[in-house]
Amino acid sequence: MKNRNFTNLNINPCKMCMPMGAAIAFRGIENSMMMLHGSQGCSAYMRTHLTTHFSEPIDIASSSLHENATIYGGADNLKKGLKNLIQLYGPKVIGISTTCLAETIGEDIKRIAAEFKAENDVSGINIITTNTPGYGGTLYEGYFTALNDIVKQVAKQDSLHNKINIIMPYLAPGDVRNIKGMLESFDIEYIMLPDISKTFDAPFSKEFKKIPEGGTKYDDIEAMSGAKATLEVGATVPDSISPGKYLLDEFNVPLYRCPIPVGVENTDHFVKILSSISQRAIPERFPEERGRLIDGMIDAHKLSAGIKALIYGDPDLIYAVSCLCLENGMNPSIISTGTHGSILRELLSGKIGELEEKPLILDETDFETIEKHALERKVNLIIGNSGGKQITEKYGIPPVRIGFPIQDRYGGQRLVYTGYSGSLKLLDDICNTMLAGKFGMHRKIMLERYFHKE
Amino acid sequence: MGGEFKGFLDVKDILTERKAHIMVKSGCCGGGEIRCEKESIAGSVSQRACVYCGARVVLNPITDAVHIVHGPIGCASYTWDLRGSLSSDAALFRNSFSTDLGEQDIIFGGEKKLEAAIEEIVKKLEPKPKLIFVYATCVVGVIGDDIDAVCRRMQKKHGIRVIPVKSSGFTGAKPLGYKLACAALLELMGDDQQEKQPGINILGDYNHGGEIWIIEGYLKKIGIKVIARVTGDSTYGQLIKAPSASLNIVECSGSMAYLSKQMEIKFGIPSIRVRFIGFEDIRNSLVQVAEIAGGQGAVDKALKLVDEEEARVKPIIETFKKRLSGKTAAVCVGGTYKAIAIIRQLKELGIRPLIIGTQHGSPEDYKTIHDFSVEGAVILNDTSPAEIEKYIREKQPDIFVGNVKERVLALKMGIPFVDFNHDRKYPLTTYEGMINFVTELDLTANHPVWKWARTDLISKKDEFETMISAEEEVLVK
Repeated sequence: MKNRNFTNLNINPCKMCMPMGAAIAFRGIENSMMMLHGSQGCSAYMRTHLTTHFSEPIDIASSSLHENATIYGGADNLKKGLKNLIQLYGPKVIGISTTCLAETIGEDIKRIAAEFKAENDVSGINIITTNTPGYGGTLYEGYFTALNDIVKQVAKQDSLHNKINIIMPYLAPGDVRNIKGMLESFDIEYIMLPDISKTFDAPFSKEFKKIPEGGTKYDDIEAMSGAKATLEVGATVPDSISPGKYLLDEFNVPLYRCPIPVGVENTDHFVKILSSISQRAIPERFPEERGRLIDGMIDAHKLSAGIKALIYGDPDLIYAVSCLCLENGMNPSIISTGTHGSILRELLSGKIGELEEKPLILDETDFETIEKHALERKVNLIIGNSGGKQITEKYGIPPVRIGFPIQDRYGGQRLVYTGYSGSLKLLDDICNTMLAGKFGMHRKIMLERYFHKE
Repeated sequence: MGGEFKGFLDVKDILTERKAHIMVKSGCCGGGEIRCEKESIAGSVSQRACVYCGARVVLNPITDAVHIVHGPIGCASYTWDLRGSLSSDAALFRNSFSTDLGEQDIIFGGEKKLEAAIEEIVKKLEPKPKLIFVYATCVVGVIGDDIDAVCRRMQKKHGIRVIPVKSSGFTGAKPLGYKLACAALLELMGDDQQEKQPGINILGDYNHGGEIWIIEGYLKKIGIKVIARVTGDSTYGQLIKAPSASLNIVECSGSMAYLSKQMEIKFGIPSIRVRFIGFEDIRNSLVQVAEIAGGQGAVDKALKLVDEEEARVKPIIETFKKRLSGKTAAVCVGGTYKAIAIIRQLKELGIRPLIIGTQHGSPEDYKTIHDFSVEGAVILNDTSPAEIEKYIREKQPDIFVGNVKERVLALKMGIPFVDFNHDRKYPLTTYEGMINFVTELDLTANHPVWKWARTDLISKKDEFETMISAEEEVLVK
């Protein structure tokens, strides 16, 4: 099966670019600002995209490369931009990320950053650089590349301590808070990277802050090398850009990997790891919440069994959501991502073997292809970000929104679909979305189907 | 070198270099100079986009065109179905076509892939498109793909129009993109003179929320035919007839200045500027169009229409005016055309704009803004969140009118907000738009949420204790 209908075109992209991933990752560090080394448009587009999802002011600086800088090099622009950014925002951490343009003209941001530090008295400011050419991968890869670079450049040989590292995939700030709650139930002391729980979802306050509160502390990232263990959430991260793998190889920090805790099995797995790492018994809330989830699954099983879903998004997320679908007897008919997906395919192959109608797995795909298959396979529900909105608009297939970006619904930043309770909320949302369509016309349909007119 | 930046770490609210881009209105007219039409300052967090953005927003509303973004995926991803332009027929423009260049393409060049992409479109799309635009992004400008040659070849081979738009982001700012879009439209219109017919082209209306349909309705009542819409709800078939029109009416002058001027030189079509925001501007615009394109009969019809509409709409506006008059506002939008129109409308409502920002004004534009402004108003060119924040604190406006990026900042600072963005769902120009605009101004300015935004659960420590004792009292009762 071809991943895309068009060989030389991506029509209606199911992916975003690498620097966007870096922007999300850097935002999860305390007191940080991001500098995009490239043309002005990249920062404008990303800010608009992020803003319409998170409903937060999101300031990303640009080195504003113009014609001269493109020909003679952008070092001066970048240095000037850093100086201005520091004067305007007073950040403690600056993440510099490249773009297509900077990479193509061969900008060495590591060297430029080092020069900037040598030339100016900026000892209190930490600069992290990451190479994220827009043509080098997707948001997913950009996100983990940035996290990996953050750990590589910041973590240093440190004395051992009792905290554990939690490496987070992109999850809504609501879900990040939920995961923190689960860790706290085990009294686990942790270093979470990145921590976007407040920085992308700041409470309203009469005192506006240019850089929102929250985020992973720089000192904590330094200390990640001495942690008791690393738990990397999201099972599809390639080793080459895995911060957990780096910490294991470089500092011998034991690495646990698990899928995003969505669905019974994934959450069981997550909770058991937490229990094992913390050496504590599973707190009472979890069996209770698990029981309630299963109770809810039983309540809904007649309805959920009739659901044939189109799922798309980041590989980590669609894997976890597909697991939830399978547990509930739904058919995850199309599982698709714009990102490279060999790890995803491998993980899924163990899950879908017994299904009569095999799900179609598409990676590096686009929405033009997804749409055609969705019609052929007659899916009746869409689970994913706003990218699928035209499919709903054209064919009336109802959506459940999850992932990034969610621009056509409120609350994308506050979603809680993880853990037992979150999984039940996701199941409820799936079933209720289905119900709204299914029984809205029920009486009329039944009348037309069975009633004999005289 | 270490001492070069003394007080380097002191956070400022305005960069020294930016000060010349800001002026304060004082005195009735003239006076005040502002630095503008310059490159954005690195690190200032400008709200501006890029050349590609300018070109794309102007051409995108052409509904039956294929818009191919030649470059890596980002530019296509963030501009897919990007604005609220409505279509009466084709929906092809709502798709985002990208050559999705990868590392190998960057090294070996993307021309072959672009050519193959166009071949694929011609072969697979039903019906075969008549018009394709190919936008060059940053990378394509650097690796030197000859998109002119590819487009020329494909146009000849397939007998359809394939028009290159060399919009590499770094080559300038958004207005350059507008100009490139205008040049692409001129290329589409060709060089041949067409026999003139009665009727006009509407330039610089992008049919957000159906605005161009409403204006066409007015013109129909006056007896004036529209030959081509440029570019809201436009098509290939319409655009190629544009040279036969007798008059161009120009709404968004920022984006369409080049096209209207060139159409005058090339096809002898005169142009006038019109504004369909605010009673005074709508009246003047419709009467003027009627005079030039229709004669006395049309003027009479225009006056009748304007009188009737004003009789209908004015009482509605008056009701709102009572609730809005005396308030102050901030207006930060992209173009000066829009800024000026909004300022004039706000003033009609008795609202005083105290902060006015645009991304790309010319010296003449800023002079006009200065003339229309109230005493003490701050005028900003290419402004940034930090500056907007500073002036919100200083001026404490009651309402903010702006775009997406301003929206989140204003709301986070507790300032009521009206979205005058291009992805708006409802018309904000025309009489219908005026009603929508005042309704939204009133809705946001007088919404109960702002009362809650001023409250705290606990403001002082002792208050917390008082609350506990109060609760105990309730329990005792």
